[in-house]
Amino acid sequence: MRLRSRSFLRGTTVALALTLGATISLAGQAQAPAKPATAKAAPASAAAGKAYKAPRTPDGQPDLQGFWTNSTYVPLERPNGVTKEIYTPDEAEAAIKAAALREAEQTEPGTTADVHYDFSQFGLDRSQSTFAKNLRTSLIVDPPDGKIPPVTAEGQKRAQERAAARKAAGGQYDAVENMPIGSRCIIMGGAGPPLQNAGYNANYQIVQGAGYVMILTEMIHDVRIIPVDGRPQPPSQVRQWVGLSRGRWEGETLVVETTNFNGKNAFRGASENLKVTERFTRTADDTISYRFTVEDPATWARPWTAEAPMAKTDGPIFEFACHESNYGIANILAGARADEKKAAEQKKGSN
Amino acid sequence: MNVRRCEGAKVQNRFLIGTMTAAVACGVLLALTSVMAQAPAYRAPRTPDGKPNLNGIWQAMNTANWNIEPHPAAPSPVRELGAAGAVPAGLGVVEGGEIPYLPEARKKQQENYANRLKLDPEIKCYLPGVPRATYQGFPFQIIQGTKHIMLVHEFAGAVRTVYMTDQTEAPADSWMGWSNGRWEGETLVVDTKGFNDLSWFDRAGNFHSEALHVVERFTPRSAETLNYEVTIEDPKVFSRPWKMSMPLYKRVERNAQILEFRCVEFAEDLLYGHLRKQPAK
Repeated sequence: MRLRSRSFLRGTTVALALTLGATISLAGQAQAPAKPATAKAAPASAAAGKAYKAPRTPDGQPDLQGFWTNSTYVPLERPNGVTKEIYTPDEAEAAIKAAALREAEQTEPGTTADVHYDFSQFGLDRSQSTFAKNLRTSLIVDPPDGKIPPVTAEGQKRAQERAAARKAAGGQYDAVENMPIGSRCIIMGGAGPPLQNAGYNANYQIVQGAGYVMILTEMIHDVRIIPVDGRPQPPSQVRQWVGLSRGRWEGETLVVETTNFNGKNAFRGASENLKVTERFTRTADDTISYRFTVEDPATWARPWTAEAPMAKTDGPIFEFACHESNYGIANILAGARADEKKAAEQKKGSN
Repeated sequence: MNVRRCEGAKVQNRFLIGTMTAAVACGVLLALTSVMAQAPAYRAPRTPDGKPNLNGIWQAMNTANWNIEPHPAAPSPVRELGAAGAVPAGLGVVEGGEIPYLPEARKKQQENYANRLKLDPEIKCYLPGVPRATYQGFPFQIIQGTKHIMLVHEFAGAVRTVYMTDQTEAPADSWMGWSNGRWEGETLVVDTKGFNDLSWFDRAGNFHSEALHVVERFTPRSAETLNYEVTIEDPKVFSRPWKMSMPLYKRVERNAQILEFRCVEFAEDLLYGHLRKQPAK
């Protein structure tokens, strides 16, 4: 049995239960294809994938079940100076190596920030785990320039208001509610929708039952249960951190539309009226093509679309009990109070 | 085989074999019916791959989350909530009534109860453990996949994967344990080990150690109810294995769905409020 703990400290604020945030790979537990008879000649690219027909669940749905990762080094937006849409395999390899190096050297040697474990030593960098191979220079495929469309005046105003509200609430370490929601184990990037590469533990489990598709996000054991039975969306008063999702099958593709966000985990500064449309298509035994389109006229002048394939990975996914072992919050707040006390005493002494 | 058919038999037989004989026959039939009520012969609808279909949103309707042992009504542990937070009486869900604690363990349960506002993991929005998650009062959904059956709970978004094929030992201890499942006729049997010693069974401080072994049996008893029977084994805390049982009810509303109860933010001030920055004096 091999235990891969892939968590890291993001800045100084996340100090989670590292052993609990682990993906465990059990030797010999690789998922066999659901229907080996149809599991031949898997096309390597999404373009060739049109010929591929996914195995079926017992009730005839395309079978997306299993463990998947969307871990990738491809950035959401195309880097400045890059003009092409698709790298050659050699260019992609070089980009991955450069990104892996940057990830391993996040802190400056000899500084206080450097006093924690070595990323590469504990398998925390993406290069040591499965990641979804992708020759694109950006995940964004539309607009064609690979960049998020310009933010509307309303969107800019909202961003300013949110920043002002944060400032008015006081310092980040004044109280727990001022701290980042990921550090507080409420929800983390990658939980989606849309599903984003979480940086680490970017793993998902999909299970299909009658009328439902369930997606478990490893980070903070976030579960999304997507009805695919044609039921209507709940009323707009019911709002959730992850919104409310409704799905349907369009041939080989699971289409999921999500609205009813509560706006407290605004995706890229979106408003609570954000609509996310996701399209999951199994294009090979080991690949799901995942595309999402975000629409929020209050934030962006036009909808935009990204594509981030998911690669089959070894399960199982272990329990991510984040909040239960969140010593970081108490320690950080206690540290901030101790610093204030010390500063007050020094001020008193100097008077 | 039911009472109505028995009445029918009585009518048909009235002139043939006499009322008395029919009454005896009916008595036998009725006796048989009551035996069957204890071990229902209900056959659940099947999934396309032929397994009993347990898909759906289920919920317990009892006071087990207050106390799995029999208990009278009691005042609210929080004064401000008055009658709204008071404890409803319950007949308990433990077979035989009392949990067979080892003597020291019963003392610890009583201490837990006395300090429940500080200690109950539910108050802190911690993962509820097993079997508490099932009867905590929130709905949960069974999603029956090909290799994995998911149990997804509303409270804290707690989730369990029941491995039906790719089964292994628990790789490490956890709140919700490591569950392997199998079918025994109509019954889904879920065998769970690999627990930590941090979860409770209820708000009364009933507890276990990391040696806990839970075997749950989910048996359809009608289209909209399941029998839920749990065997608890933990030699560090209990003198013998013991059982609890209760029905689970299907949420039949057309729009029933598991909603978000992301309770961390509801518990944060309680957990970290004392570390809040105080205004400068």
